[in-house]
Amino acid sequence: MIRLQNIEKVYRTDTIETLALNSISLDVAKGEFLSIMGPSGCGKSTLLNIMGLLDTPSKGDIRISDQKTDHLSDKQLAQFRNQKLGFIFQSYHLINDLQVLDNVELPLLYRNTTAKERKELATEALAKVGLSNRIKHFPTQLSGGQRQRVAIARAIVGRPEIILADEPTGNLDSAMGNEIMDILINLNRNEGTTIVMVTHDENMAHKTHRLVRLFDGSQVQ
Amino acid sequence: MLKNYFKIAIAVLRRRKFFTFISLFGISLTLTVLMVLAAFIEKVTNPVYPGDKNSRSLYIKRLTYTSKKGWINSGGSSFYFLTHYAGSLKTRVKMAIVSSNTSSNAYVNNKKIVIDMKYTNADLWNIANYQFIEGKPFTPDQINKADRVAVISERTRNEYFGDAVTVVGKYIEADNISYRITGVIKNVPEIEEVFYANMFLPYTVAKSDYRNKDFWGDYSAILLAPSEQLVTKMHTEYEQMVTRIPIPDNMKKDFDTLHSDADTYFETFTRGFFGNADNAGYARFLLFMSLFVLLFMLLPTVNLVNVNITRIMERSSEIGVRKAFGASSKTLVYQFITENIILTILGGIIGVILTIIILQVINSSGFIPDLDLTINPVVLLYSLLACLFFGLLSGVYPAWRMSRLNVVTALKAQ
Ligand SMILES: Nc1ncnc2c1ncn2[C@@H]1O[C@H](COP(=O)(O)OP(=O)(O)OP(=O)(O)O)[C@@H](O)[C@H]1O
Ligand SMILES: [Mg+2]
Repeated sequence: MIRLQNIEKVYRTDTIETLALNSISLDVAKGEFLSIMGPSGCGKSTLLNIMGLLDTPSKGDIRISDQKTDHLSDKQLAQFRNQKLGFIFQSYHLINDLQVLDNVELPLLYRNTTAKERKELATEALAKVGLSNRIKHFPTQLSGGQRQRVAIARAIVGRPEIILADEPTGNLDSAMGNEIMDILINLNRNEGTTIVMVTHDENMAHKTHRLVRLFDGSQVQ
Repeated sequence: MLKNYFKIAIAVLRRRKFFTFISLFGISLTLTVLMVLAAFIEKVTNPVYPGDKNSRSLYIKRLTYTSKKGWINSGGSSFYFLTHYAGSLKTRVKMAIVSSNTSSNAYVNNKKIVIDMKYTNADLWNIANYQFIEGKPFTPDQINKADRVAVISERTRNEYFGDAVTVVGKYIEADNISYRITGVIKNVPEIEEVFYANMFLPYTVAKSDYRNKDFWGDYSAILLAPSEQLVTKMHTEYEQMVTRIPIPDNMKKDFDTLHSDADTYFETFTRGFFGNADNAGYARFLLFMSLFVLLFMLLPTVNLVNVNITRIMERSSEIGVRKAFGASSKTLVYQFITENIILTILGGIIGVILTIIILQVINSSGFIPDLDLTINPVVLLYSLLACLFFGLLSGVYPAWRMSRLNVVTALKAQ
């Protein structure tokens, strides 16, 4: 599903050069639930962003669904992310000016959908994460766990084949974290969604199919 | 999609109440000033009462002598000059000759009232469409006989005799001379210099002799062409004739050129403010107005650009999220420009409402008597277009910068 080949990412500032990723090669199979672990600053987020085409590598090759991605235009990239990928972030990144329902509808806005369809799909997605009774709320009126569930609903509303989650439980207590984790596991099991998740929590990582460890930009396991 | 843009635009505007206020204030105030100004210019330069034949008329006001040494001497025209020269034009069908106003005092019950008097010939009543509340104008015959007859305005009637009384046939005394009233007209706005007066008298009763052969005098002429098409011809005919008018002997020693122009009603204004004896100032007026409008609109535009740029950082997380979920840079540019246009149109609507209110206040305050200012639909249209244009302008650059943000950086910025 996702194939990374010799990925290298170098950040250059005026004074220093950071090698955030050092020739990473990784294959994620269709339907796999993969977790990435490693100490802070080792390059986990960088790797996930590159997989999600939010960032470009300095060197190397990314293929998603056997499709090369390095030649895509801004518009094609946007379309690609919209159709194939769903993101979940540690700090939720909901749009505070919009109600829960509008937040969840967001990915559908950039597709050919009618308002009615969008509403139906968003309501359905919110039901899956158990938030049917909060659709008119604004994000600031929700708890952290609820916000992350809204973010998950947003990530799954467009039925992407791949979900990329960067520490989705990082800001939550363990009970909340487990709930979120259960939603992701079910999604993987029932819908066959490929999931790549960055986590600091060994317990969470062990619930997934496979664990990749990074250290200083290199893959160690 | 548009509905969603609208939602977010309103939400953003509500969240940033202060900036919204400043932006809306800037836009609407600018528009209000422009529209009130336009209403004013429109009214002043396009009188409908009583000058309803302005599109067929030309106005002769100043008479100017210049010398090669750079001396300029300018004054009004004399009755003699106007009848003798302008009166000989073949194209014109009618010519009103009216004096500038002199104010005279009248006393009613020991209260002083000031009356603006104007001397005129009979054609004024044919060229201008004065509305008579009662009576009628004095006749050519009465003018020839130098009868002491007068047409007065409604205001003067009210001040002198009281409201709603019939006064035709009664006498009114001004500067110790009695005049018999032949008619009462509806008030004319004071700003319409050539048409306005509170008391109209035959030129034959004026103190200064109308037969005086001096070119300078107290009078202006309104020439009426047979049709709108012939106005230009009449203008050219007058222009050519003026070059052939001999300079009077007493002026020859100091001056070598005589200028007298037949201007459109509008040009009589632009010549006064922007032109000179040779130049009606119309082009300069347009240039000046365009520059003025541009500069004036630039202020809220720059302000908006500024506000928009400061909003970029604040909304970078939103931009990152939208990009991550499939918005292309182009889509984001559209979104942002749409938001901006919504803002400017809101400002525009507020501006229009403000303008209506202000015009109402000006009209009812009697600040400028008898002037009824209205919103000009053409100006309204242009104002809204200008709004749109500047809305676009102030949105494009910030939107472009916004859309160029790198997703990861945008997301991190929060
Ligand atoms: N925009 C950037 N400019 C320069 N250096 C950067 C930039 N982004 C990340 N880095 C560096 O790249 C390295 C990897 O960062 P990354 O965010 O991927 O770490 P991480 O493994 O996700 O850490 P954490 O667990 O704390 O989230 C770090 O050393 C970081 O300082
Ligand atoms: Mg990270």
